[in-house]
Amino acid sequence: MIKCEHISKSFEGRRVIEDISIEFETGKTNLIIGRSGSGKTVLLKTLVGLHTPDEGDIFFDDVCYTSLSFNDRKRVRKDIGMIFQGGALIDSSTVYENVRLPLDLFTDDSEAQKRERVDYCLSRVNLSDAHHLYPSELSGGMIKRVAIARAIVMNPRYLFCDEPNSGLDPQTSIVIDNLIHGITKEYGITTIINTHDMNSVMEIGEKVVYIYQGKKWWEGTNEEILHADNPELNDFVFASAMAKRARRGK
Amino acid sequence: MGKVFSRPEKMGIYRRRVIFEIEALGLNSIGLTAIISVFIGAAITLQMSISLESPFIPQYLIGYATRETMTLEFSSTVVALILAGKVGSNIASEIGTMRITEQIDALEIMGVNSASYLILPKIIATVFFFPFLTLLTIMIGIIGGYTIAWTTGIMSPDDYIEGLLYDFVLWEVIYSLIKIAVFAFIITSISAFYGYYAKGSSLEVGRASTRAVVVSSITILIFNLILTQLLLT
Ligand SMILES: Nc1ncnc2c1ncn2[C@@H]1O[C@H](COP(=O)(O)OP(=O)(O)O)[C@@H](O)[C@H]1O
Ligand SMILES: [Mg+2]
Repeated sequence: MIKCEHISKSFEGRRVIEDISIEFETGKTNLIIGRSGSGKTVLLKTLVGLHTPDEGDIFFDDVCYTSLSFNDRKRVRKDIGMIFQGGALIDSSTVYENVRLPLDLFTDDSEAQKRERVDYCLSRVNLSDAHHLYPSELSGGMIKRVAIARAIVMNPRYLFCDEPNSGLDPQTSIVIDNLIHGITKEYGITTIINTHDMNSVMEIGEKVVYIYQGKKWWEGTNEEILHADNPELNDFVFASAMAKRARRGK
Repeated sequence: MGKVFSRPEKMGIYRRRVIFEIEALGLNSIGLTAIISVFIGAAITLQMSISLESPFIPQYLIGYATRETMTLEFSSTVVALILAGKVGSNIASEIGTMRITEQIDALEIMGVNSASYLILPKIIATVFFFPFLTLLTIMIGIIGGYTIAWTTGIMSPDDYIEGLLYDFVLWEVIYSLIKIAVFAFIITSISAFYGYYAKGSSLEVGRASTRAVVVSSITILIFNLILTQLLLT
């Protein structure tokens, strides 16, 4: 479980996140949705500690993350996996080295154990033949899959994904969504995903939070979202021409 | 700065990164510095032989002047300015790109102290390796002078060598090695700083890298005066 209470964040005097309180549930894919620029990335980075909130507290399973010292935070970070919007793979390292890096830095595993773990994680994301490639040689979908493999290599308890299928075609998006959903279920991880993709919401949105101009505007499940009585949310949900037509037909 | 020098996570990884950076920042600079040195050494010898063309001035002074110029100023200060352009912009744009593509955030999330992980190996590699570039520069520059003396016949190679050995002070070489080590630190830390705090788009990375080169060059020139005052007088 991850919980934030009344967090706010400003940049140069401009409020980007305003008084947000949410509880994200264990073993579920929790979605943060909203238009681009609404503050999703800032919210996610504040939750993981890459930004410090101006106000409010963040809890990881009863540990108050915001009150921890820098060194204690490092311990929590080892339980966190994160998939960044662009993948954020280390350019100068191969796929294999990218996934292996956390093991090199933080475990005392033997060479064979590390190799086995990396092989397993890469096969888990269906990428068993790309070990020696560099990030610049990968397609968008492959980059996301390597990023997932790197995020789960340390067996995280919390998984954060910033727009995991932005820039991907619809089919690949579904593959990535299902991968993240499957991993969440398999290991009982608390997963938080930023997205503006309604497909993802309908497919894997077990809990959905709608952010509008830096505020929490609505929360519910993917079943409730279609019947929500909230004009801004409806504009977002039924933004595509196809969805509008389908709704009129209903 | 404190973040850069905090205790590294695992020594083995740092050792590997230092070796990698020695290759990337040091070995890869040998070609450029060698080419420039050989031509500058030849040019100095040529210029000296033209301006010192007088029966009252012994020829060997040309070799002496070439050696002194190469050792005292060219091999450290000018080489450092060249390296600020090559290595400094490389460091700033590499780290700046890592910043804006969230690679630094990714390291932080893993629990890595990204400043120390990325910057410390570069500082160690350059402070350790750039002095070799200085020694190389002195030697190649002197060879360049010898070659021009020998091929054009503007002076006798024997006189040139006599000049090279005339009044040789080892301290001048050490002075240059100290200078380049300090300059290496200046180039790497300033460039890394501008990269690390880059924000926004790839345009900003370009600007950060230009600023890194300008600021490290000016800092080098100022420290050149300070170090000369401290070490030579
Ligand atoms: N580091 C930063 N400094 C200043 N402003 C920022 C920073 N990060 C994000 N912002 C601003 O916060 C707002 C929300 O951005 P973001 O969270 O990236 O939106 P999105 O919902 O598309 O992920 C934007 O207006 C953006 O300009
Ligand atoms: Mg975003």
